[in-house]
Amino acid sequence: MFRNQYDTDVTTWSPQGRLFQVEYAMEAVKQGSAAIGLRSKTYIVLASVNKANSELSSHQKKIFKVDDHIGVAIAGLTADGRVLSRYLRSECINYSFTYESPLPVGRLVVQLADKAQVCTQRSWKRPYGVGLLVAGLDESGAHLYYNCPSGNYFEYQAFAIGSRSQAAKTYLERKFESFMDSSREDLIKHALFAIKETLQGEKLTSSICTVAVVGVEEPFHILDQKTIQELIESFEIREEEVADEGAAMQEQSPEPAPMDI
Amino acid sequence: MTSVEGLLGCEQDSQRTLSPYVTGTSVIGIKYKDGILMTADMGGSYGSTLRYKSVERMKSIGKHSLLGASGEISDFQEILRYLDELIKYDNMWDDGNSFGPKEIHNYLTRIMYNRRNKFDPLWNSLVLGGVKNGQKYLGTVSMIGVHFEDNHVATGFGNHLARPILRDEWKEDLSYEEAVKLLEKCMRVLLYRDRSAINKLQVAKITEEGVTISQPYSLKTFWGFNAFQNPSKGAEGTW
Repeated sequence: MFRNQYDTDVTTWSPQGRLFQVEYAMEAVKQGSAAIGLRSKTYIVLASVNKANSELSSHQKKIFKVDDHIGVAIAGLTADGRVLSRYLRSECINYSFTYESPLPVGRLVVQLADKAQVCTQRSWKRPYGVGLLVAGLDESGAHLYYNCPSGNYFEYQAFAIGSRSQAAKTYLERKFESFMDSSREDLIKHALFAIKETLQGEKLTSSICTVAVVGVEEPFHILDQKTIQELIESFEIREEEVADEGAAMQEQSPEPAPMDI
Repeated sequence: MTSVEGLLGCEQDSQRTLSPYVTGTSVIGIKYKDGILMTADMGGSYGSTLRYKSVERMKSIGKHSLLGASGEISDFQEILRYLDELIKYDNMWDDGNSFGPKEIHNYLTRIMYNRRNKFDPLWNSLVLGGVKNGQKYLGTVSMIGVHFEDNHVATGFGNHLARPILRDEWKEDLSYEEAVKLLEKCMRVLLYRDRSAINKLQVAKITEEGVTISQPYSLKTFWGFNAFQNPSKGAEGTW
């Protein structure tokens, strides 16, 4: 019936010092389809994998615009994600009504984390089953945060959440050092390659991914499908060129070249 | 009367400023080369009686802003309490972000307009100046929430007597000395023609370096003009 004695409500500790319900909520994030984010000094790119539930249905939206300077990508329970996005939107709009300026991203993320934390300390509540990558720009530059159902939040250069996100994380870990000075196009390219990693061999097409950008002089927006398809094709062509060169190299040297990317 | 009670709802014992008690007169603010200069005299009038002589009507707000007020002095003090609270909570984030003059100006507009909608206005005209990230900012808010930005602003009598002078003589790159001279010219006219103005004033400066508010001082005056000595001459029928 139960996995153990201590997971029947959120607020009960296990003797090992764990809160199982909170951990289950974090598990829900891992089961959602992948979302990734990465940033340079001036741009942040979010990307997500769109999985339709059935052949007959369309997929659910996983990237939301919060304000001109902030957007989120979610993994986990989409319904919870929408509720939290609505909260973020209303915080932003109230702030700009009062101060006529954009809400600093770090402050929004703290408010969001506090909201999630409350759910881990009330017996009549449940944690949100969603992880959010919050991308935004403010006075202090570009930011990428990850918000967890536990109420923890972290700032990242690049991060991936959701199913098979480990593959994308590995890709990003290998490449992130160059991100700070990357161009907008390079960030999008890395985003698409990172997404591709999570697909495990499945072909990357514009119909199974969403990409969004926010940056200096560029309000948050989701790229349209046609643009993404063109980008994917241009990157694939270049990748093949690289692969051909690699093959040519292989003929020359008997040593097997390690295949990156 | 019943219609007013209807608007106020169940707040039958609601207290509000029906008319101001202790008031300060004009404030003038101008942009100059390095930032913003603001001036106000230190009088506090109890009705039409000049009751107080050293009221400070300009205060710094956070690192980047300077606020000057005319109108009800106690309402100004309440506004200062709101702003102290606001700045304190802003600092408590400790995240490198801070409110600039634009944010403060908009916040004040919200406060003023909200209070007038409660039929309980804060009886002030405010001038807000500041510099943040090399950007100069000068704006004003009235007691009913009317707000705007300009290169030079004034409240009360200053609107009638100082702004025409500023329209003629203000320019973008005034030096500090020139700007103070211009403000003093305006204040002298106000001193002559505004019965609530007193000859004890301060000049406040805000630049990228911060705020400095001068010690109180007086202007040189000359009351020997014929028009002052014989005011009714040339105005038949007056006394």
